[in-house]
Amino acid sequence: MKAIITVLGKDQVGIIAGVSSLLAKWNVNVLDISQTILQENFTMVMLADLENCSLSFTELTEKLSALGAEMDIAIRMQREDIFNAMHKI
Amino acid sequence: MLSRNDILETIRMIDQQHLDIRTITMGISLLSCADSSAERACEKIYDKIGRYAERLVATGEEIEREFGIPIVNKRVSVTPIALVAAASETEDYVPFAKAFDRAAKNVGVNFIGGFSALVQKGMTDADQKLIAAIPEALACTDLVCSSVNVGSSKAGINMDAVALMGQTVKKTAALTEKQGGFGCAKLVIFCNAVEDNPFMAGAFHGVGEPEKVINVGVSGPGVVYHALQSVKGQPFDVVAETVKKTAFRITRMGQLVAQEASRRLDTPFGIVDLSLAPTPAVGDSVARILEEMGLEVCGTHGTTAALALLNDAVKKGGVMASSSVGGLSGAFIPVSEDEGMIAAASSGALTLDKLEAMTCVCSVGLDMIALPGDTSAETIAAIIADEAAIGMINTKTTAVRVIPAPGCKVGDTVEFGGLLGSAPVQAVHPYSSAEFIARGGRIPAPLHSLKN
Repeated sequence: MKAIITVLGKDQVGIIAGVSSLLAKWNVNVLDISQTILQENFTMVMLADLENCSLSFTELTEKLSALGAEMDIAIRMQREDIFNAMHKI
Repeated sequence: MLSRNDILETIRMIDQQHLDIRTITMGISLLSCADSSAERACEKIYDKIGRYAERLVATGEEIEREFGIPIVNKRVSVTPIALVAAASETEDYVPFAKAFDRAAKNVGVNFIGGFSALVQKGMTDADQKLIAAIPEALACTDLVCSSVNVGSSKAGINMDAVALMGQTVKKTAALTEKQGGFGCAKLVIFCNAVEDNPFMAGAFHGVGEPEKVINVGVSGPGVVYHALQSVKGQPFDVVAETVKKTAFRITRMGQLVAQEASRRLDTPFGIVDLSLAPTPAVGDSVARILEEMGLEVCGTHGTTAALALLNDAVKKGGVMASSSVGGLSGAFIPVSEDEGMIAAASSGALTLDKLEAMTCVCSVGLDMIALPGDTSAETIAAIIADEAAIGMINTKTTAVRVIPAPGCKVGDTVEFGGLLGSAPVQAVHPYSSAEFIARGGRIPAPLHSLKN
């Protein structure tokens, strides 16, 4: 299953490192990353493959939310399907 | 990969524009629960709902987490119970409502709809018993919703039932007096009721429906409002096109969720109902969409035209996005549930008469309107008759859900709380319709009902 992970918040050192190492720890493969600063806000969109992930979707979501709370940024993970449904025909 | 802007746009819709799946409603046929013993019938009903809807709430929550889209309500609709209860040797149908309530609480859904009767052409003994039980049923249960269909384009309007429903609304208000007549918020009187509507309080599982089915209701007034802000001052063609595109996207999401729910619950997918269903939250209002089209306040001249465009464009966008669009699909105008409508009604700009005109072009009817507590049963019946006539002649669904709030007068506000919001009490005409309602009988179906 593929998921889109979005990270939004105030720019700071170590956001990409923090998120990537968490994903690596649970064996999630990152397929694509797009990152920018929009009006002083850090904005990152990742496409991740959860095929071999050692956690369930819910557990991984909770780990990401906890990391987000720690770094004071919003991290969310959603199945890719919802974006495809809304933006592709 | 998807473009970053598209992804962020979706997230903004969910976070800031109140995009949500309003409801996943499981329709369950209770025809197999008929029994000569009312007690045994109630047990069968409780068991069947428990068996079929056991995983409904958990599945809804799973989908919510994985897709990151809020699913606000999980509900159950059942066969109009007058059809099932008819087999039971009993005069009192209130126990059926209590069985619904227990079953709904057991599976954890927000509401259960189907304490209903279809009496557009006439009433059976069971229908009469059902209608007689409505006030107490709504007063002594928490989650049960009731509806009665009193007219159709095919059959005309059953004016005996209309008169009876006027009294029923009054009794229901009286029995729930302490909560401002809240029972009436769970009672809808329809003309041309649809059999696959997932939205409460009017949901029931029609007799033409399968054993069980998943219907999904999608909402998103905030998203449409936001989209229209980007086309300020442009012609209506552009407005309609913008609404259509937005409705298409929202419905695609609803279709995805509906298919997923259907697969996980091993229940056939029925329909997606794309209805702009407002909530009292700021930024989730249908009235504000109409105002965005250029009206100073919802209710002024031009409101009906604006709503007609909106309702039609929503359907057109939605119909292309789902394999099966149904239910009521369009725009709802429940006064107490819409922040902009509340403001417009409070300021006096939005009157009952204008609301009636708007129901000619919206997807349902007079919805969640508080009336003075001393409004007579005949006046309420006459309001129902007017609304049913609009539905009958225009071959559309219309409905009345009004609350004659006990002890309240024009200018007061009735608080219902939560998604049901608060309603300013609106004036009715002071002149009597009593002799009109006393006639009874049936208003014949219009000429265009003879299509064969």
